[in-house]
Amino acid sequence: MDNSEIVIDIEHLKKSFGKTEILKDINLQVERGETVVTLGKSGTGKSVTLKCIVGLIYPDSGKVNVLGKDIPELTYEELQYIRKKIGFVFQSAALYDSMSVRENIEFPLDRNSDLDKNGITKRVEEVLSDVGLSDSIDKMPSELSGGMRKRLGVARTIALKPEIMLWDEPTTGLDPATAREISNLIVDMQKKYKVSSIVVTHDMICAKIVADRIVVLKDGTYANSGTYDELVKSDDEFVRSFFE
Amino acid sequence: MFNFLNTYFPKGIQNALIQIWGLAEFTERYFKEIFKPPYEIKELIRQFFQIGNKSLGLVGVTGFIIGFVLALQAIPTLQPFGATALIPAMISISIIREIGPVITGLICAGKIGSGIGAELGSMKVTEQIDAMEVSACNPFKFLVVTRITATTLMIPLLIIYADTIALIGGYIALSIVSDMSISLYFSQIFDTLTFEDIIPATVKTFFFGFTIGLVGSYKGYTADRGTESVGIAANTSVVVSSLMVIIWDMLAVQLTNILF
Repeated sequence: MDNSEIVIDIEHLKKSFGKTEILKDINLQVERGETVVTLGKSGTGKSVTLKCIVGLIYPDSGKVNVLGKDIPELTYEELQYIRKKIGFVFQSAALYDSMSVRENIEFPLDRNSDLDKNGITKRVEEVLSDVGLSDSIDKMPSELSGGMRKRLGVARTIALKPEIMLWDEPTTGLDPATAREISNLIVDMQKKYKVSSIVVTHDMICAKIVADRIVVLKDGTYANSGTYDELVKSDDEFVRSFFE
Repeated sequence: MFNFLNTYFPKGIQNALIQIWGLAEFTERYFKEIFKPPYEIKELIRQFFQIGNKSLGLVGVTGFIIGFVLALQAIPTLQPFGATALIPAMISISIIREIGPVITGLICAGKIGSGIGAELGSMKVTEQIDAMEVSACNPFKFLVVTRITATTLMIPLLIIYADTIALIGGYIALSIVSDMSISLYFSQIFDTLTFEDIIPATVKTFFFGFTIGLVGSYKGYTADRGTESVGIAANTSVVVSSLMVIIWDMLAVQLTNILF
């Protein structure tokens, strides 16, 4: 594999909060177009890893290289530039609750794209159509169901056409049918926009649908890695516990 | 720096020093960001409306009551000496120099400061600020710079408005016991007031406004995770900005006495 095709390169990443060491030695490479699923118990640092990638949290040590840039070394302006190429879907969707569905998507487009007003309107309609929310364009986030909120979070993120998508527990709190719908949406987005993704999830149905590769976080480091079919047959009791 | 604090200071002083340091950094970032494009004009205008227009009722009623009560209190004291004619001068100096700005500043610290602290705290808790950050939209510029600028410019206007209403309230109270005309009342006020009364009193209101916006934004923007922290952000915004209004007022009076 040519090194230039690796879009996320994490080496020996460490992060502590107070005296609690969360990430002890994280090593992960994600190739262009690949979807990597991260499994692990709650509170083991899966979301912290995502936040290190996007520069919301700074690591104590180690390398976090995204699209050829060392994230902890960047100035705020350089970080903002690289963030335009990264989409982050929050577990809670993190919708702007004082703005309508349309305004939620227009907000990043207004500030980070070269589109004029008509172009922005077309793009908003396109991404809402992608996630099946065209009819809700003028609703407020408080009027949307849990699944619709997640889909709006996805629409807002893909509006900027990112090269990398980071999904923080995209199906948590959803019923199985909606969870499957969101998982299929992740695959559709991957196919349409050719993005590289890291998906943090506990949902094995979601993992099975979306994953090219699964990594398992244990004791602050990635203990196992493989495809869904490889890991389901793993001898490691900890890994198997996710599939039972 | 924090190790140094741990070694030499008790916990309460450590926290106070960390907060002061945080506010200083926040202020520095505000002045760096305010001049950098793009400018969030639409949000700034929305904040002018939220902070200014939506406070008119409360500030107006408070101003009216201040002027009315001040006149009612002054009349029985001055009337036996035949000094009713001095009441407009007394009311105007009291209101313009001190009572109007301070009381309105405190009212604004309660209404506007807590509102900003709670709103931004809630946005922090629900990861909306992080969402803006990761989508390369500068949340500091959109949320903080607009709010601090709006409070800095609108609170002085609210105070001038409250002062005016208070003077009218004073006249209404005075008209109950005397037949002084409104033109005589206001001509006596303008004869009494000088630039030494008006300028320092107006300048300090910009500091009140800036401080109320700064403290509310800082407390909300740096709120911890969890719903409890929203309440804490709102509460401490009011406490700290009210205290700061009084400290600014004390400094302004001292400085005015030295300069004029």
